[in-house]
Amino acid sequence: MTAELIFIFLTAAIINNFVFKYFLGICPFLGVSRRVDMAVGMGFAVTFVMTVAGVLTWIVYDLVLTRIGLEFLQYITFILIIAGAVQLVEMYIRKFFPSLYESFGIFLPMITTNCAILGACLFIQKFEYGFVQTLVFSIGAGLGFALAITIMAGIREELDFADVPKPFRGPGITLLTAAILAMAFSGFLIKR
Amino acid sequence: MSVDTAKEPQGDVVSSGPGGLEVQPAPHLTDPITTRRLMLDVIIALIPAFLASLVFFQWNSLRVLALCLIGCLATEYLFNRVRNKPNSLSDLSAVVTAIILAFSLPPTLPWFAVLMGAIVAIALGKMFFGGLGQNIFNPAMVGRAFLMVTFASLMTTWVAPAAEPGPPVPTDRVEAVTAATPLAQIKPGDPERPLPETWRLFVGRTAGSLGETSVIALLIGAAYLLIRRTIDWTIPFGMLGAALAFAAIAYLAAPGKFANPMFHLGAGSLVFGAFLIATDLVTSPLSKSGRVVFGAGCGVLTMVIRQFGTYPEGVMFSILMMNALAPLIGRWMRPTPLGGKARG
Repeated sequence: MTAELIFIFLTAAIINNFVFKYFLGICPFLGVSRRVDMAVGMGFAVTFVMTVAGVLTWIVYDLVLTRIGLEFLQYITFILIIAGAVQLVEMYIRKFFPSLYESFGIFLPMITTNCAILGACLFIQKFEYGFVQTLVFSIGAGLGFALAITIMAGIREELDFADVPKPFRGPGITLLTAAILAMAFSGFLIKR
Repeated sequence: MSVDTAKEPQGDVVSSGPGGLEVQPAPHLTDPITTRRLMLDVIIALIPAFLASLVFFQWNSLRVLALCLIGCLATEYLFNRVRNKPNSLSDLSAVVTAIILAFSLPPTLPWFAVLMGAIVAIALGKMFFGGLGQNIFNPAMVGRAFLMVTFASLMTTWVAPAAEPGPPVPTDRVEAVTAATPLAQIKPGDPERPLPETWRLFVGRTAGSLGETSVIALLIGAAYLLIRRTIDWTIPFGMLGAALAFAAIAYLAAPGKFANPMFHLGAGSLVFGAFLIATDLVTSPLSKSGRVVFGAGCGVLTMVIRQFGTYPEGVMFSILMMNALAPLIGRWMRPTPLGGKARG
């Protein structure tokens, strides 16, 4: 059991990293990766929302929707739950980290439409995880996202001083860097 | 990155005082070490490994190296022409990239794949980031990673080295004999074959990439670089130390399942990576402690991939991953300035 949980965690965080393997959550990955402190903040915000949303959607889907035969409402309820979780985070950050709130700008409410979070909720249903596995998987996936965006922010701070050719500046070189990162992380491929 | 400060003094004489006294702008203290000199040292250090690869893989070794040189130098030249930048071929960094890429490729790789790898290495790995000193990733490893995901089966087809003892091969009917690399042999699912003896791993008479097989030839080059102080001990020490410690723990925990540390030292490109790839000045952290951590990360990730991943070898992946982490390591492991606290 413990070994399985560790495996789920490492798979979600590193081997099948949401950004590098599934290319999910690219908008905040490109939008908020300009500075390391912001990237860490966004990483933890996404981790929190992902954990809350993953657990709540598991409860709602497995304990409510399947009981009353309304599985087709899956997407709409998932989005609702994610939006609610994002509201919580937004109120918390606005109250306690006003400067971080300012610098996130539109990207904080945009977590609602972050495909990585909906993706995590749907993966949980697809893999038919139990409650504990769901918890571990969503934390792992969130921390994997935080890792990816922090690495990218470190690189982009370095690239501020680089003489990147004009057509590649901004999103261009960021996507190219992400491509190299995806190739590097493909080294963790595991056959099951 | 810091190696370029040592150009000739800019030479703008600001004013001539009485008696021909010259006033020059800073820097006044310069060092005779130039980028070109550092790269030349690396090239010299790679010569023994090249000679070894000539012995083991014969004309294939020359062919791959020539193609890599053509691809890398042409790409760098074209980029500078298009961007109206001064030609940077003479700093020899593209030559070093070409040699390291060639040494990390299988001897039988077809010409188009070699050429593509060389072009991607310089274009994607270096010129897109603005050229030497600004690249985040080791260009040669970017090229190799690209080939690995593009031509996976070509990149894992190996030939036995020449002068292989065993039943005579009818050379008039076959071009080459395929063989598994020592690291591929320890992967589960591979039919049981006797592993090569450790001495053969160190001499280098095994299947593998061009320049990685002969540990002894690589160590001769590494000793030259260490004596010239082109590289310092931090990264190789961190990488080899961490990898050997990891291998030793795994071996002691389950000797039947994992190969012994000496095997891991001799097989694959661990030594090549530790002394000649990971030590790249541009893509590693600046502080001493940062470089030890960088090396240790490379070593641990290499062993994780070798022992738990699907790929037999992890040196390239681990170096690329630690290249990506190098800016963060540099940020979080700043050396303490003399007489002050680190962060301010």
